[in-house]
Amino acid sequence: MLYREAGQYKTNYATDVAVFPLREDRIGLAVILLIGFVVLPLTANEFMLQAVLIPFLVFALAAIGLNILTGYTGLVSLGTGAFMGVGAYACYKLTTFFPQVNIIVLAIASGLFSAAVGALFGLPSLRIKGFYLAVATLAAQFFLSWCFIRVPWLYNYNVSGAIEVPSRYVFGVPVTGATATPLTRYLVVLSIVVLMTWVASNLVHGRIGRMWMAVRDMDLAAELIGIRLLPTKLLAFAVSSFYCGVAGALLVFFWYGGAESAVFDVNQSFFILFMVIVGGLGSLTGSFFGAALIFILPIALRVLSPAVGLPLHPSTVEQLQFMIVGALIIFFLIVEPNGLARLWQIGKQKLRVWPFPY
Amino acid sequence: MDLLYKIFIDPFMQMGQAPDLLVQTLWEGLVSGVLYALIALGFVLIFKASGVFNFAQGIMVVFAALTLVGLYALLRRWGVAPGDLAAYLALLLTIGVMFVLAVAVERLVLRPLVNQPDIILFMATFGLTYLLIGLGQLVFGGESKVMIAEDLHLPSGSIEVKMLGGFVNFQKIDIAAAVIASVMVAGLAVFFQSTRIGRALRAVADSHRAALSVGISLEQIWIVVWFAAGIVALATGIMWGARSEVSFALEIIALKALPVLILGGFTSIPGAIVGGLIIGIGEKLGEFYWGPLLGSGIESWLAYVIALLFLLYRPQGLFGERIIERI
Repeated sequence: MLYREAGQYKTNYATDVAVFPLREDRIGLAVILLIGFVVLPLTANEFMLQAVLIPFLVFALAAIGLNILTGYTGLVSLGTGAFMGVGAYACYKLTTFFPQVNIIVLAIASGLFSAAVGALFGLPSLRIKGFYLAVATLAAQFFLSWCFIRVPWLYNYNVSGAIEVPSRYVFGVPVTGATATPLTRYLVVLSIVVLMTWVASNLVHGRIGRMWMAVRDMDLAAELIGIRLLPTKLLAFAVSSFYCGVAGALLVFFWYGGAESAVFDVNQSFFILFMVIVGGLGSLTGSFFGAALIFILPIALRVLSPAVGLPLHPSTVEQLQFMIVGALIIFFLIVEPNGLARLWQIGKQKLRVWPFPY
Repeated sequence: MDLLYKIFIDPFMQMGQAPDLLVQTLWEGLVSGVLYALIALGFVLIFKASGVFNFAQGIMVVFAALTLVGLYALLRRWGVAPGDLAAYLALLLTIGVMFVLAVAVERLVLRPLVNQPDIILFMATFGLTYLLIGLGQLVFGGESKVMIAEDLHLPSGSIEVKMLGGFVNFQKIDIAAAVIASVMVAGLAVFFQSTRIGRALRAVADSHRAALSVGISLEQIWIVVWFAAGIVALATGIMWGARSEVSFALEIIALKALPVLILGGFTSIPGAIVGGLIIGIGEKLGEFYWGPLLGSGIESWLAYVIALLFLLYRPQGLFGERIIERI
């Protein structure tokens, strides 16, 4: 009814390969961007911005990073948390050395360090495959976690062993540290996430994305048609780690305001992997859905459980939360193993042909 | 030069100078290796028969140990007088619980997800992990408990043996753990080799479809392997719990067992044992002799690096089946 392609002609090649071929899709995207940049900043309160929206965007970015590696290239990685950590610590060191440089530039530049580390730990991926590789990436996770604790240079020899975000100004406006308002930080994070999502979308829809997907579907066949496996896999590792690194830097600098090494432990890696799987492997939209579901679900449970009238002990709530999250993961996998992105697609397809069943 | 000396010569000098310390370190490595091997065994059982990488094995260990301790406390409160009777009754009941868990997992998780890609099943066991953590804490509370080692008549204390110009200390519980582990592995080997169900298990491991076509019930096999993995988990939980205590911190030993798995190969029971011993001994030796060089705590990643180095030469693990890829 509202959403259909009748009357929208594709008259040249560019419109045929467009990422959003339908006018309604483009309008929808514009509306979402409008809500993100204008409506939410005007309406959302501080709690909403600080505790829901900023982390949601950060995790969505990390999920996109992991999705590039796991969803598009088919390499399961359990080292996401560590790569995020590399980004965060790199950003911290960079801003220590160059305090006057724009912090947003540094946050993105710190992704480069993460990319280099990621590519290094991606080297075994040529020989090791499947779950063996997943466990091998745990080597990265544990080694880097250990470094975050044992190399005091990384946190400037702080006694606490934690990194604390200094105040940094961009054009006279505080964007990090205690004086920055949640609104400023939200807008910065949103801009970076939108920009990087756009880049990722172009990457996965282009030649590089095709190469990644060919490797995912069958790497031997991909090699036979002339795709060089090592550069392709390493590129996937590098790009993925770049995204995770930037997400880690954003997490510390624009959300937590300070972090210990425990933030980047193996549970963080699993957490991001949940988002990718529940959201949908090989889908950028899915990364956002997954981040929303996995991150916002526990918050919703916490907020809702008093509302239902169950006077539960906080620890009981936490335990129930664990159980519910676990059960929901299994439930979602059974109902739709291809993730929320697939449900979204099915919904759109149904709308397209409505009122006919197909 | 000094660094090279410290890496390549000094540790071996130390080993030569104090052979009793070396033996002690080796023994400790051996014991933790046995326990890693037990967890890896649980993984391998399930992976062989269903191709599921069961991440929940670690939490199953905790869950089994907690159930045992919890049931024991309950039985004592109900007035089952002699401690050892209550302990063995609790043990039987826990085995029952593990069976129920196996059936439930097969019914509620595996059967609806049959024929899905491996990673989906892997994630489902993640969900199971969370579910079991929540359930365990809800029922038994989050605080750590003491394993009922005495009432199960597990030996305690230690033996000091004079050898190589010094004393080497063997904990009796460690010896018991090694013996029980060997008995269990031998039992499993016999079970796999010469019973009807064991043969069916091996058939399923070879090919699900071929096994189905000759009339082997996949559901039944899966229940059997999850049950067997549950029993292995229970044994691991008792041993590990007797050495330290029963708490959810034990869950991380599952992560310790992963390098054992990739080292030994996902599909090989001997691989799990040998891998466990290599990792256990390597870890302790590394921590003791090379650890001071790098700062402590290298235990946390050394196992992974050892496994990674092995993998670069044999991508399927030491004993894994050769990976053959076809277009």
